[in-house]
Amino acid sequence: MSSYDVSAVRSAFPILRHEVHGKPLVYLDNAATSQKPEAVLDVSRHYYERLNSNIHRGTHYLAQEATLAHENARKLIARHLNASSVEEIIFTSGATDGINLISSILGYSGKINPGDVIAISNLEHHSNTVPWQMLCERSGAELEVIPVTEEGTIDSTAFDHLLEKTSGRLKVLALTQISNAFGTILPLGPMIDSAHRAGALVVIDGAQAVPHLSVNMQDLDADFYVFSGHKVYAPTGIGVLYGKRELLEDLPPWRGGGEMIRKVSYEGTTFNDLPYKFEAGTPNIEGAIALAAALEFLNGLGLQNVSSHEDEMIRRAASALTSIRGVTLYGPSDRSGSLSFNIEGIHHYDLGTLVDKMGIAVRTGHHCCQPLMARFGVTGTLRASFGCFNNEDDVNRLAEAVEKGVEMLR
Amino acid sequence: MTITERQEQLLKDLSLFQDWTERYEYVIGLGRQLTEMPQASKTEDRLIEGCQSQVWLEAYFKDGGVHYRADSDSQITKGMIALFIQFLDGESPENILTADFAFIEKTGLKEHLAPTRANALNLMALQMKQRALDFAGAAD
Repeated sequence: MSSYDVSAVRSAFPILRHEVHGKPLVYLDNAATSQKPEAVLDVSRHYYERLNSNIHRGTHYLAQEATLAHENARKLIARHLNASSVEEIIFTSGATDGINLISSILGYSGKINPGDVIAISNLEHHSNTVPWQMLCERSGAELEVIPVTEEGTIDSTAFDHLLEKTSGRLKVLALTQISNAFGTILPLGPMIDSAHRAGALVVIDGAQAVPHLSVNMQDLDADFYVFSGHKVYAPTGIGVLYGKRELLEDLPPWRGGGEMIRKVSYEGTTFNDLPYKFEAGTPNIEGAIALAAALEFLNGLGLQNVSSHEDEMIRRAASALTSIRGVTLYGPSDRSGSLSFNIEGIHHYDLGTLVDKMGIAVRTGHHCCQPLMARFGVTGTLRASFGCFNNEDDVNRLAEAVEKGVEMLR
Repeated sequence: MTITERQEQLLKDLSLFQDWTERYEYVIGLGRQLTEMPQASKTEDRLIEGCQSQVWLEAYFKDGGVHYRADSDSQITKGMIALFIQFLDGESPENILTADFAFIEKTGLKEHLAPTRANALNLMALQMKQRALDFAGAAD
């Protein structure tokens, strides 16, 4: 802990110098989107001031510099994820876009047929639910859902049953690495192994994991992995789809347009190689470069340091909230990133409104996980989600604000 | 008192409060005083669509006036609808239909509300007028 200088980290985030409702901002909505450090903002600004140009086709100086920066960003991201090659990194607009891309091309590939099964968990965000529902509707496949325990963790017995029941038919297992609503870390290692033994492809939603954990594609062995830039201190509108090279090579393109082609004629068109085959149109060049800068920023802090600091803050917050009468904390005690709770007799929306007035930004509602909320018989929760810059003062002010809000509503 | 007079009275009351917590406590208190809505009345068709919290609104016509009953699982929302009911309850459909809800801007309450919440207020006002419209013929 002593090696992690949280006040230095805080000073890297300009937004934290500003007040909300006349009070210093306590930002605890990192799971929705993270704040941006100066280093990332500088890169975005530098790009537009010095490099801005369309990439890959231009012969002029700026086009070459911008292309180089964009492709260097891809290399850095490939290294960060420990992908086996840089061609395995496809730029998307975010995790949602990545899941839609992969579900669409699996659909077009003819690999998903009537009677096949696509499995997700009850913890999934709507973005890792709805695209699969849509694919099932188009293909005649069935959607199966792995239930969760009362603690908000995967019901592994039920998962084993599901594997047995769907033997030979399971084509895709799509799971989040960390639940955005409850902070549950899923036991991906054994689940991915089981799914592979069953002959299924595995898609992992890493949107909540990449900001908190060091993720290694070789160790994880997922077939596809997506995440969003904006949740990991980079701008909105940029994200990554990682896919194993041989699988991506085998899959058809999705969006058509510039960049993704080799030769176009009215008689027929041939497509570009990886990764460009899946990147039609002018990409989010600045976003890609800023995403690489954000990952460098995070690596500079040390992901291990960041996650142990965040875990400590979330434990303190959980412990402070526990002392409030009628509180229910959701998810397991070893949660990562997000802390979800409700207070008996009080609407999450009311409490969220009141703590906002005290300068505390938390999320209220269903967190894009309506089926999970239904499972727990609630319309929503309050969620405090932590990032690298949150400190003890944030935890204390959260607890005080919640207590004050509860007092007003009781 | 007319609707406008009641609105002016509220603005006067609110101006006595020092800070936002007192204003919110006042609104929450109004919700607590609201006549209870029987559980059986909280039906799907009485739910106001589009709010983050659940809001049920029921209207009935008696002695030439429109009367409302409402409830919400959110105490702040319930307080806000109680505020509206205070102004409108027992008024003729015509008075309700011409009532000016823009006064809410002057209360300073709206600036304390998230856009989603402010939107819910507009929906509530609209629904109250809508229900009054159902009785407009009956008043003639």
